[in-house]
Amino acid sequence: MRTAQTYRPSWNVRRFFQRLLQYSVLVAVVIIVFVPIVILVFGALKTRGELMSSPYSLPIPPRWENIISILTTPRYSFWPMLRNSLMVMVATTTGVVVICSLAAFVFARMEFRLKGIAFQLFTLGLMFPINIAILPVYFVLRQMNLIDNLWGVIIVQTAFQLSGNIMILRGFFTAIPAELQDAAYIDGCTAFDFFWRILLPLAKPALAAVAALTMIMSWNDLLVPLVVINSDKLWPLPLGTMQFQGQYGQDLALVSAFVALSALPTIVFYLFAERQIVSGLTAGAVKG
Amino acid sequence: MQSLPAIPNILKLKPGTGMPRRFQDNLMIFLFLLPAIVLFLLFVVYPIFQSIYYSMFNWKGFGPAVDFVGLNNFKNILSDRVFMIALRNGFLIIGLSLFVQLPLSLMLAVLVGRDLPGRVFFRTIFFLPYVLSEVIAALMWLFILNPDPDRGFINAVIVLFGGTPQAWLGNTNLVLISIFAALTWKYFGYHMLLFMTGLQNIPSEIEEAGRVDGANAFQNFFFITLPLLASTIRTSVYISVLGSLQQFILVWIMSKGGPVNASETMATYMYRFGFVRFQLGYGSAVAIYMFLLCLIFSLIYLHFTRKPDYLSGLEG
Repeated sequence: MRTAQTYRPSWNVRRFFQRLLQYSVLVAVVIIVFVPIVILVFGALKTRGELMSSPYSLPIPPRWENIISILTTPRYSFWPMLRNSLMVMVATTTGVVVICSLAAFVFARMEFRLKGIAFQLFTLGLMFPINIAILPVYFVLRQMNLIDNLWGVIIVQTAFQLSGNIMILRGFFTAIPAELQDAAYIDGCTAFDFFWRILLPLAKPALAAVAALTMIMSWNDLLVPLVVINSDKLWPLPLGTMQFQGQYGQDLALVSAFVALSALPTIVFYLFAERQIVSGLTAGAVKG
Repeated sequence: MQSLPAIPNILKLKPGTGMPRRFQDNLMIFLFLLPAIVLFLLFVVYPIFQSIYYSMFNWKGFGPAVDFVGLNNFKNILSDRVFMIALRNGFLIIGLSLFVQLPLSLMLAVLVGRDLPGRVFFRTIFFLPYVLSEVIAALMWLFILNPDPDRGFINAVIVLFGGTPQAWLGNTNLVLISIFAALTWKYFGYHMLLFMTGLQNIPSEIEEAGRVDGANAFQNFFFITLPLLASTIRTSVYISVLGSLQQFILVWIMSKGGPVNASETMATYMYRFGFVRFQLGYGSAVAIYMFLLCLIFSLIYLHFTRKPDYLSGLEG
């Protein structure tokens, strides 16, 4: 243990108060983090009248009317929005994982002229986030007739995820020992065999991290659909949630229920994929 | 890496197709890079150049751009009071992020430390807001910031302690701080995670040695831990600056940049001109200003990270 500290006579008492202080601060922050979420869930589980008369009481008994009404009223189109979000997310994630692992392999494991320039090109993308690029990107989509089309959303999301994820995967691919590549080549592997049969299976954790990050990004994205999609039939969930609040904002209980329902998939996914998300983010930021 | 897989399929490989090895490799490099390069050039690089072109026109977005105005858009932006407010707000958010949000995240990361029982629990909770979408975060904060104490929780707490309820998002002096509170709520967990990872990479023996040599906790932190965290702090600062400059969704949902432009950011300003008023030439010029600002900060960041750093071996 901490040998230096054990020389002090009152070590245990000090230690106790130190821990007490640590935990009180951390618990206070936990409460602050939870306040907006808890208020939302309380609102979602009350009727409109209850929310007016006693806004901060516990929702006992919980009222499921608003939740059920959102899930069963076709006019609120929760399910079509969920489906649009899912389609965009699956396509974007597949695209990002495939395209980025191909490019990252070449950058990590192959030598060719112009490699430096090609790689610099992608690092440039890190300085040009979508929030800034959205207007110029909109022109290009319009020229290609991809406005009001989910493919427009998918392509733009994929294009703006390339830089970061190529960096992450390149880092992982570079870490795989060169001896393995040499051995494979001596045994008659082509570069493609090495990539497909040896590197990709070894890089599964990295691919999972990239996939998890991309899923979150795509699922949460509002800006690209806001600009690209016009017809309400094609709204993904975040855009739909924003519009729902605009339309039914007077009924806070109903809106709370909608927002809570649209947050639920992310929270569940996060609890299952936390390790992948965290490892992807730290690899991207600390090494990138 | 875990256990290496055996390499079982090698013997079953098809014999070479007769193409020279070098040619095969080049073909593969080309095909592997093709999708990434095409997408990237078409949807990231090409738009930059196209918007440089459009920024020199007075263009409403219909038909070809014919009304050439040279650099007038760029001049007009700089003389627009609202853009200056947006610029000032951008730097205010940067300042608040660097001097409030990052120290707070660092403090929490140090508090959780390396071996506190329950550290993974705290990390999971603190990181949750980062994973939620900006729409959901913005709406949650919109609800608790409601000026009516019977609807907005924060005012209810203030009334409970005998204070006066505030119109958080309706008061020109409070709106930016209120939005910053929501931003901090959403993003502190991310910076804390970066700092936790950075701390993890510092061998505890070094701090141990400091303690043995008689350094107290503060000296240990400021003269040993903090310098060793330098690269993580640089990364965190850079991400924070770039994020602050382009804040859009939270602001747009919580205040639409108002009241009377008090919470305008460059991104909301660009959106207003580009997509609400359809002054696409003018909007493009705003986009280019934002791009230049990001470029400048990126070059500064690169300048500092490229400096030879004798500690870099320790930072992983």
